Amino acid sequence: MNRPYYFFVLPAVALVALMFLLPLGWLAALSFGLPEGFTLEHYEALAGSSGIRSMLWNTVRLVTITTLVSLVLGYLVAFAMAHLGETQRMLLTLFVLVPFWLSVLARALAWLILLRHNGLVNEALTGAGLIDRPLQLVRNELGVIIGMVHFLIPYAVFPLFAAMMTVDRRLVMAARSVGAVPWRAFIDVYVPVTLPAIFGAGVLVFIFGLGFFVTPAILGGGRVVMLSEYISVSVLQTLRWAQAGALSMVLLVSVIALVWLVARAIGFRRLTGVG
Amino acid sequence: MELSRRALRIVAIGAWIVVLFLLLPGFVTLPVALNDSRFMQLPQETLSLRHFEALLNDSGWHQSFLDSATIALAATVIACSVGTFCALGVWRLGGRVAAVTLVIAMTPMILPPVVGALAMYRLWVQLDLYDTWPGVVLAHSIVALPYVVTTVSTSLAMLDPRLEQAARSVGATPWRAALDVLLPNVRGGVISGAVFAFIISWDEIVVTLFISTRAVYTLPRRMWDGIRENVDPTVAAVAVVLMAMTVIGVAIVMIHSRLRRTRPKS
Repeated sequence: MNRPYYFFVLPAVALVALMFLLPLGWLAALSFGLPEGFTLEHYEALAGSSGIRSMLWNTVRLVTITTLVSLVLGYLVAFAMAHLGETQRMLLTLFVLVPFWLSVLARALAWLILLRHNGLVNEALTGAGLIDRPLQLVRNELGVIIGMVHFLIPYAVFPLFAAMMTVDRRLVMAARSVGAVPWRAFIDVYVPVTLPAIFGAGVLVFIFGLGFFVTPAILGGGRVVMLSEYISVSVLQTLRWAQAGALSMVLLVSVIALVWLVARAIGFRRLTGVG
Repeated sequence: MELSRRALRIVAIGAWIVVLFLLLPGFVTLPVALNDSRFMQLPQETLSLRHFEALLNDSGWHQSFLDSATIALAATVIACSVGTFCALGVWRLGGRVAAVTLVIAMTPMILPPVVGALAMYRLWVQLDLYDTWPGVVLAHSIVALPYVVTTVSTSLAMLDPRLEQAARSVGATPWRAALDVLLPNVRGGVISGAVFAFIISWDEIVVTLFISTRAVYTLPRRMWDGIRENVDPTVAAVAVVLMAMTVIGVAIVMIHSRLRRTRPKS
């Protein structure tokens, strides 16, 4: 009875399994020294290299800062969308959605135009007499964080907004009726109720941040090198396939572990927006 | 959440500042592309289309535009047909098979782009797909597939399963039922999926960077090299072209879904 429907899903499954997952498995095998013989030397080399250790630490540190900033700003926008009435909600949704879809490359370029040494921000600040010499806003960690936060805010806004729309308004009213001032009701009732969504959105943002390539590569200007760019340099410039393979597996396993964590908490379908 | 008028005003101001921050890059690129000097700056005296003219007169950018457009169209057709049928199958099958299928179909969206790109790079070289038009189309189809599956699945979730059962009970084969009954009903989801697939391919850079060099030279790829080498306003003009395509696409989806919502349900 259901037989024909297996043929419906077959092309997609075959396409992804053969052309995407299979080579991924091959890459994993390569990182363990296969097919010549199983070895952990490539992973030991990663752990032994202080350069790679500090690159990994920098990646995690920058992504953590980015995630926290994106969550706070995203929470603010989501809260406004949930509580400021229909017109503002529509406008805010539209304005969060449009940049969400704009080319990552075009956005990185725009940030470069804005934040460069003689860019628009520096010219405006010098023009206004606020600073004597241009600030270093790009080709450093600050530039990378600005670009990543800009990219990741929408990923935080939508899950938070969805959760806020389901908050039972009577909970806050109950808190108010027993004498809580609005501020306390917000901290003690509203935030804890939306905590699962904050967690979910945070992990989602963190996952995307870990895999970031374009924004750090352009706004970091070679001085701030994060994991993805390091992998690409390993392969495309220094041809260290085994090292790139091992680093890819570190990235892949971290992401899968985090996805599994959120999937356990909120469900895979909700995570990917299906159904 | 009830807040005082003042607190609400503070929230509104804060939210709009964040939104302005989000819109800022979109606002600066167009004026810079329209400035009349050869530097990356805001227009000083007059607006000029010289950087767009430079784009039109440069055979390299021309070729890249053609590459990008044809690749995005082909990848959209593949991702859309494969993805739509996948979503229909998942919807109808249900249970464990559907769950596993869904996880497989979603992996290209969830896993870090660089890792996927690296894996494909090796295979593409083996299969002689490296730096070829079919190779880039195939890679973009895989990257775009999850977005089609997601949008079509979302439309299907709102559909009454009995519709399909009714078609089957009067003798339609699953294929006929899918083509004649289900597809017209999830048209909105398929159109959104197609637009998103097109945008994904049109803007794709990470995978493209690994599986092509110069024989296939897409717009983002040429722009990437332009940004890394020397920044001139032509690149800003390209960025405007890239963004315009996205805005048109998102507008199509939004107008379409609004029309559907305002139309009375028959």
